[in-house]
Amino acid sequence: MTAIPLGVPRRLVEFTLDGQQARVPEGSTLLDACRAAGKEVPTLCEGDTLTPKNACRVCVVEVEGARTLAPACSRRAEPGMVVRTETERARHSRKVVLELLASSVDLSTTPAVAAWLKEYEAEPDRFGPDAARVDEEPRIDNDLYVRDYGKCILCYKCVDACGDQWQNTFAISVSGRGFDARISVEHDAPLTDSACVYCGNCIEVCPTGALSFKSEFDMRAAGTWDEERQTETTTVCAYCGVGCNLTLHVQDNEIVKVTSPHDNPVTHGNLCIKGRFGYQHVQNRD
Amino acid sequence: MDLRFGDSKPTDDEREAVDALLGAPESSWEGADRSDADLRWSRGGREARDLLLPALHAVNDRVGWISEGALDYVCRRLTIPPAEAYGVATFYAMFSVRPRPATVLHVCTDLACTAAGAGELCAAVEARLGPENGVKVERSPCLGLCERAPAALAIRAGETARPAFEDEAVQAVGGSGGAAPGDDGGTSRSSEAESGGGRGRRGRNTHHATAVCAPANPAAAARAATAPETAPAEPSPEAAVPQAGDPALTLLHRIGTTDPASLDDYRAHGGYTALRRAFALGPAGVIREVTDAGLVGRGGAAFPTGRKWQATAAQPDHPHHLVCNADESEPGTFKDRVLMEGDPYALVEAMTVAAYATGAHKGYLYLRGEYPRALDRLTHAIVQARARGLLGDDVMGQGYAFDIEIRRGAGAYVCGEETALFNSIEGHRGEPRSKPPFPVEKGLFGKPTVANNVETLVNVLPVLTMGAQAYAAIGTPGSPGPKLFCVSGSVTRPGVYELPFGATLGELLTLAGVRDGLRAVLLGGAAGGFVRPDELDIPLTFEGTREAGTTLGSGVVMAFDDTIRLPRLLLRIAEFFRDESCGQCVPCRVGTVRQEEALHRIAERTGAAAAGDIALLREVGRAMRDASICGLGQTAWNAVESAIDRLGAYE
Repeated sequence: MTAIPLGVPRRLVEFTLDGQQARVPEGSTLLDACRAAGKEVPTLCEGDTLTPKNACRVCVVEVEGARTLAPACSRRAEPGMVVRTETERARHSRKVVLELLASSVDLSTTPAVAAWLKEYEAEPDRFGPDAARVDEEPRIDNDLYVRDYGKCILCYKCVDACGDQWQNTFAISVSGRGFDARISVEHDAPLTDSACVYCGNCIEVCPTGALSFKSEFDMRAAGTWDEERQTETTTVCAYCGVGCNLTLHVQDNEIVKVTSPHDNPVTHGNLCIKGRFGYQHVQNRD
Repeated sequence: MDLRFGDSKPTDDEREAVDALLGAPESSWEGADRSDADLRWSRGGREARDLLLPALHAVNDRVGWISEGALDYVCRRLTIPPAEAYGVATFYAMFSVRPRPATVLHVCTDLACTAAGAGELCAAVEARLGPENGVKVERSPCLGLCERAPAALAIRAGETARPAFEDEAVQAVGGSGGAAPGDDGGTSRSSEAESGGGRGRRGRNTHHATAVCAPANPAAAARAATAPETAPAEPSPEAAVPQAGDPALTLLHRIGTTDPASLDDYRAHGGYTALRRAFALGPAGVIREVTDAGLVGRGGAAFPTGRKWQATAAQPDHPHHLVCNADESEPGTFKDRVLMEGDPYALVEAMTVAAYATGAHKGYLYLRGEYPRALDRLTHAIVQARARGLLGDDVMGQGYAFDIEIRRGAGAYVCGEETALFNSIEGHRGEPRSKPPFPVEKGLFGKPTVANNVETLVNVLPVLTMGAQAYAAIGTPGSPGPKLFCVSGSVTRPGVYELPFGATLGELLTLAGVRDGLRAVLLGGAAGGFVRPDELDIPLTFEGTREAGTTLGSGVVMAFDDTIRLPRLLLRIAEFFRDESCGQCVPCRVGTVRQEEALHRIAERTGAAAAGDIALLREVGRAMRDASICGLGQTAWNAVESAIDRLGAYE
């Protein structure tokens, strides 16, 4: 049985959310409060296992008295706050941010974004055919995973997962500035010349598919990737005594990728190279 | 930290430059050759992430670019992951991670300089220098020399010469070497024109040298680029102050009347009376005076200084830090440069007062990388003040310890945003943090921090010498005190003007000798807004400009006559924001690009042909203003919007 630490009881903060009285434990973010109230707020750079970087700005909400909109993912609820999530102003910013993203990077493998584009009536094409895009060839420099920066929205999640929030490998960072900023290893070298340990925890948190398993990338290229036909089985990694949970994604009786449940109280979705990529022996049928 | 380093090795020059800043490495864990002892004991190496930017400067000053070997060596010395250091090195415009010529000539192509013919200047300098010349010509954002437009700044990499004044200072403290290099806490310094030194190992002058060339012509700029050490000296700072010598001046009264290099002269002209009074009042008394005087920040946000100081002083968390924001980069702004070059001790004294009031013992002066003379003057002033006991363990014999460290920026407008500035000092990418928490609570190194602009700090001196009441009597009730304005463009006497708040725009422009055919005035710089020639009765106060739907910003007043092509000007502003966006948040990173694209499309269009793109600009602009993390993105659309709405730029 897993013991879940309950911590010190937290005081409740009362504030107004879309005209309704909301009560959340002290320290909760506006996004936590929205989710608790069953409200859907779109997010891209927010991750359940990471400190919010609030870089994507699709989750903005209106806080009464504030000059600008506030990112719901990182703004904490304060007593007496008056928050509105569905105002014209907030919806306008979300719409434009979605348009800016969709017009500059390939969001085809970003879950849920198609529905948001529709809901906010976003028209990414209106910036014209000459609108600058992040046009980068996928970087295939190792056998395990692919970096396709043409799909990267610079959410910083991979950097945080690789750095001091989880892996402490510090293999990647953001380099450059502005529209030319890219996730990169030192000197923009191939991954094989970097500090990367191939734990794949960056893939685990990537919200857009810019980082993907080589197996998934190849199957998508071949047109054989079909999530409808995949099953997910959560099991325990057999390599060492930690006992991390693995979720095996299986299509046509072949493991096609491995994830890990984020709610595992020990590993929070993080794995090492063996758990993430060392599954070939399972399907060696000779 | 278990870090992986590559195999690239630094050159001798690179190693020397880094070691000159950090001292020799103590073990192989810090980058020295491996000895037997290193195999027996693991020493973590020091974690001094905040020395990353000074170390990158040291390498760049010496060799002109940052190689893989140099970057790896810096990382070993400071225990920094190479990927992160690479991210930092590629963040700043003044650094290059690719080989480039030792000399870089920055030619300003920003608003005032373009109006003064910077485009032609660039082309002519490039033609004159030819392709294989050892000089890289770079088009630069505003260099803060608008009163002498067009401007160019030559920076040649080489060995750092020891400035002459250090020897003086050593003598002043009895020749005991009390001001050794490195005492300024790790800022590598540039030295202007130490001619004839010739200490270079290859038998020729390879000293690091800088030369400011303004107003520039192709011949002078080319000369400055090929021989920066022998370039003609810059005009003295009072040349930028048309009112110099006027006894009515409060903030500028020492400029032109006091030798900026002499501490004695500074004291003879009223220097250090404010600090004396501060010690008499005590920290709480100083904060009360500043609060009663109604002093508000001059950097652009107009936040009440007393409230900021009080909030910091009251924080139980220690240590407290003081940061002086001298990263003056708003296009059209040069007042802080003139203050620092013409009256450097005033800033040193004001920082001491601010630190004393807020309980800080360490002050960081984050100085724009493109201000070589201000760097020299302030380095000198700090060394002198230290030698005389006006900085150090026992300031003025009052038992209060305070010292100032200069940190040089490296070409990033966004680092003028206070939280980006903290990240820059700490050795991270200069990306703004999200607020709250505010700096008074968690600022530099996560500690309570007061961050003030140069002009704000310098205003503290008259608050204390005159008393809060007399100070508050200057200006208007809503905006008390004197204010500096940076007037440039289509005027006969450009420069820094000091007027009490409440003077009208017309009065200021008349004083500066505005030329005929005025078409528009830009207030507050690229982040500000345009006003029409028939709006010259706008009172220059925070409340007055707000009421008129514009902004005072940092005090930029740039006049444009009717020869200006507005669409071209707006495009330059849009290019500026696109270049300077840090890239952290989507509205700014992509929005500034889309804004520039739309302005490109309508550069030659008006009326209905431009209407669609103007509507698009409004939508993108509104999202940038509402949803960007920091002031850069929030204001990136201001000037363009005002040009469309007030000037009818595309009608």
